[in-house]
Amino acid sequence: MIPAAFDYIRPASLDEACHVLDDAGEEAKVLAGGQSLLPLLRLRLAYPAALVDLGRLPGLRRVEDRGDHVFIGALTTHDEVLRSPVVRGHVPLVALAAATVADPAVRHRGTFGGSLAHADPAGDLPAVALALDCVFVARSAGGEREIPAAEFFVDYLEPALRPGEVLLGVRVPKLGEGWGFHYEKFHRTAQAWAVVGVAAAVRTVGGSIEEARIGLTNMGPTPVRARAVEAALRGVTPARPNGNGAAGGSRDPLRDACGEAAEGTAPPVDLHARPDYRRHLARVLTYRAVRAAGA
Amino acid sequence: MPRITVTVDGIRYEEEVEPRLLLVHLLRDRLGKTGTPVGCDTGNCGACTVMLDGRSAKSCSVLAVQADECDVVTIEGLGRDGELHPMQEAFRTEHALQCGYCTPGMVMAAIDLLRDDPDPSEEAIRQGLEGNLCRCTGYCNIVRAVRRGAQEMSGEEVRTS
Repeated sequence: MIPAAFDYIRPASLDEACHVLDDAGEEAKVLAGGQSLLPLLRLRLAYPAALVDLGRLPGLRRVEDRGDHVFIGALTTHDEVLRSPVVRGHVPLVALAAATVADPAVRHRGTFGGSLAHADPAGDLPAVALALDCVFVARSAGGEREIPAAEFFVDYLEPALRPGEVLLGVRVPKLGEGWGFHYEKFHRTAQAWAVVGVAAAVRTVGGSIEEARIGLTNMGPTPVRARAVEAALRGVTPARPNGNGAAGGSRDPLRDACGEAAEGTAPPVDLHARPDYRRHLARVLTYRAVRAAGA
Repeated sequence: MPRITVTVDGIRYEEEVEPRLLLVHLLRDRLGKTGTPVGCDTGNCGACTVMLDGRSAKSCSVLAVQADECDVVTIEGLGRDGELHPMQEAFRTEHALQCGYCTPGMVMAAIDLLRDDPDPSEEAIRQGLEGNLCRCTGYCNIVRAVRRGAQEMSGEEVRTS
């Protein structure tokens, strides 16, 4: 379908963008790459009075190594993120998840900040931002503000950004030595949204899990930090795989711990899965993700 | 109405466009570039894939105003002097199309894939074309065509405009 009519504004600077958004209030939507927004407009699921196109604002399309963290500018495309040597070297979980977003053509246009600000719990990056305790940097006419990932995803498609606020980028903390990472995504077809996804960062010492951070995709109205399974994983020594790649012995303590993965979640029901199936997936995929992350 | 300047298949156009006009409709309805079809309307099928500033993009998911000052290459801009582009020729040789609806997007996505990987494996081709759906030929001949196209183009600069 053809989208409903809207006004189009392309501010030339960040200051102008903040003022335009401030004036427009709730009626305006920010346009970056448009890969989530344009399908919504075409299906007439959204009717913004105006689109404020930030796609060409200078300075927001970059990746910077800043010592203890990596800064990813909001307008950096998924394709640029997943190819960035800084991202791959220091915060590889972000690159692993970005590589699973949609398909190559969408990754050329879709932006890192756009997909986070879209706050879709089925998106791949929000769970990663939660697992890594990222910090969101936003700017309004009143100045800059930092928002921890744990406070950023307020509700379904609702980020903690206020009208008039622009997401500048995200600080992704480096976790240092000894960590392994994996993003495990279960989807029906190559480019489809995750039915469930699991972002895992795991630190093992001497074969035992010292610390695990687990973010869940599409297990509720917001992405979920799975604290219960993180606690259950602490101190677990996974069974060694036998020759067939399966865990040896009758019980794998890792599999038992992963039984906590769906604790406290409120997974949605849709055409593809019911909540009980999603809970099952969360447990199985967490096991796979933690294994693939090196445990 | 916003006025945009866009280069399509080597020709510069100045157009006044409604903000809600999609790039694919600009190409088809205003510029007559009907070689680029509208497929699914949901951003899934990839039939409308074009090159936008040198990288593949789904023209149903881009506003015409977003293409302002950009370079667009459609399937119609690939051939030279009446000759098909080697990737188009490979699709014909390998019978990689039946109804042909997905073909323009497949060819554009395949050429984009070769920019990063000039000699892709079967697996890399299947991954690289994940955003393009075919509902009749099946993918076997498409994968073969991309392999052939890659061989034909080996050593050549990947040309998209």
